[in-house]
Amino acid sequence: MLTLGIDIGSASSKAVIMGDGKELVATAVVQAGTGTSGPKRVTAEIFERSGVLPEQISATIATGYGRYGVDMADGQISEITCHAKGVHFLFPAARTILDIGGQDAKAISINENGRVLSFFMNEKCAAGTGRFLEVMARILEIPLSEMGDWDRKSEHPAVVSSTCTVFAESDVISQLSNGARREDVIRGVHNSVISRAMALLYRTHMEPAFVFTGGVAQNSGVVDSLRRELRQEVLVSPQAQLTGAIGAALLAQEKADQKGV
Amino acid sequence: MSEINFDEMTSKQMLEYLVAKNMEDARQAKAKGGLVCWSSSIAPCEFCEAMGIYTVYPENHVVGIAARGGAPELLAHAERKGYSNDICGYARVNLAYMDVQKCISEEMPLPDLVLLCNNICETLLKWYENIAHTLNIPLLIVDVPYNHESEVTEENVAYVEAQFKRIIEQLEDITNRPFDYDKFEEVMKIASQNAKDWYDATALCSAVPSPLSGFDMFNYMALIVCMRGKAECGITFRKLKAELEEKAANKICGLKGAEEQHRIMWDGIACWPYLSHTYKVLKNHGVNMVGSTYPSAWALMYTPGDLNGMARAYTSMGNNLSLKGQIDLRESIIRDTKCGGVIMHMNRSCKMCDFLQHEIGEAVTSDMRVPITTFDGDQADPRNYSKAQYETRIEALVEMMNEQKREGGDQ
Repeated sequence: MLTLGIDIGSASSKAVIMGDGKELVATAVVQAGTGTSGPKRVTAEIFERSGVLPEQISATIATGYGRYGVDMADGQISEITCHAKGVHFLFPAARTILDIGGQDAKAISINENGRVLSFFMNEKCAAGTGRFLEVMARILEIPLSEMGDWDRKSEHPAVVSSTCTVFAESDVISQLSNGARREDVIRGVHNSVISRAMALLYRTHMEPAFVFTGGVAQNSGVVDSLRRELRQEVLVSPQAQLTGAIGAALLAQEKADQKGV
Repeated sequence: MSEINFDEMTSKQMLEYLVAKNMEDARQAKAKGGLVCWSSSIAPCEFCEAMGIYTVYPENHVVGIAARGGAPELLAHAERKGYSNDICGYARVNLAYMDVQKCISEEMPLPDLVLLCNNICETLLKWYENIAHTLNIPLLIVDVPYNHESEVTEENVAYVEAQFKRIIEQLEDITNRPFDYDKFEEVMKIASQNAKDWYDATALCSAVPSPLSGFDMFNYMALIVCMRGKAECGITFRKLKAELEEKAANKICGLKGAEEQHRIMWDGIACWPYLSHTYKVLKNHGVNMVGSTYPSAWALMYTPGDLNGMARAYTSMGNNLSLKGQIDLRESIIRDTKCGGVIMHMNRSCKMCDFLQHEIGEAVTSDMRVPITTFDGDQADPRNYSKAQYETRIEALVEMMNEQKREGGDQ
């Protein structure tokens, strides 16, 4: 049985087709989120790439900020539940999840069945999220995908404000104009993201294993900063950005099973 | 009033009629040279009532403005005057209203005196001081010390009782009349009975399904705020209680057009600018808000004639309790009203609520294994709320409650 999970975030759209709730059949990511052509493109792309026909899909669950805009979905489930499910599938030992997406950050405690025990999310402010990193990358004139490589060169990390994106932007500009090295500012930016995330994480049970998901987990600089802060191993899947969509596909499987499809 | 037959009215009709009448009476009294007092919501109404001073409530007035979408222009006015947007939204809207005396809701007459009791909030002190200074009118303060320990101390009660005596003297000076002790005792009886009637009616939220939605309770609250010293208030709540008992007997749920699938406690003040949205999102998921700290907030019961007992009642109310007291209060509400989840309104206006919520949430989760979610909002300032954020967090809470039900309780 094939099921589809679609995660429409604020900055990107992700889709996953799973077979029998056990294997990843196909994945697709489009770097455009809700309110753009992203949702349509990601759906077209996953069918084209996999050769699967829409009528072969037994159930579809949509998640993410744009979950109610997915016409073909049989249901919507919040990204909190979907991330927990997706992480449990990828890392059954996971108990604490940090997810940082385009405009939100969340810390989730789960039990051995992948059930959410508690979750804490950022306030109505995008500081410390993917959008924050995008703004910083633009000022630093470095592609987002290269931030991790630059981070590794840092020897004297700068301290960058985590209070507010606008304040942090002027902070970074002033440090650069004072001659700070870009790699040090970048390390400071990554530390700033994690200092904000820690405020959420410390409210969970802080039980290992720790898993980092969401688009920001693809940035090795932010992952390293989290490892330093936790002094613990942090698991990151190559499918970090797809976790929500995987969870949605798994929940679609459960829905199909309940219906006896 | 003589033409009105309360017997033929529902409690909801009485609520609407009486709240409007209370404000109209104050406006007319003001026009005829009578005295009008602006009071904080859980200040002792008994003194002004005994002296025939018409009392209106800025907090309740701002609720009407915010719920009708009229807060932004007044907030902008207050901020132009230099009030930071970190200050309580009720204070900002009211201070702006004092200036412009125009709003989307009912017009409230300007005060001849102000009365505050800081058992609910400390911002009131500066807020009311500014009103008194600007209008050059008397400021009556009941300073209630915070109860840091689990017991309310005798010293605190005596301190508050002494201030009650001082208020009597102040009112004698203001009205140039001796204090009417007979009327005072009569008002004490009425206020104490009203407090009991309010609590008895709202306690019916513990029935399953609950015949009263907490959002309707928010509306009825206007009466216990504004008319706690008047007999009509208790008549309304006794009528409400009878209506709810009938509904409960017939298993009628307080959610209009939806079945009660989940019961939750709402921690904090309502998000008035988005009252309808916050209600509908819950209703669409079959969530009935049945637990709240409001029923006990006005359960100010004491023996009429006992000034010391009255001081104890105003000192012991929920907001003024130690952290442990606040946790115990929430846990008993969750138990009594059989809640399966908690929503905490991280209200930008109310630091008092927000600072406690993290600790309270942690304790409640650990003691009772009840899932909790928080959302950003404000009691008056619509800029601090995000519909999408609220919807996602409520959905996640409902999913957690569903999972918990499926697993037959917690692990």
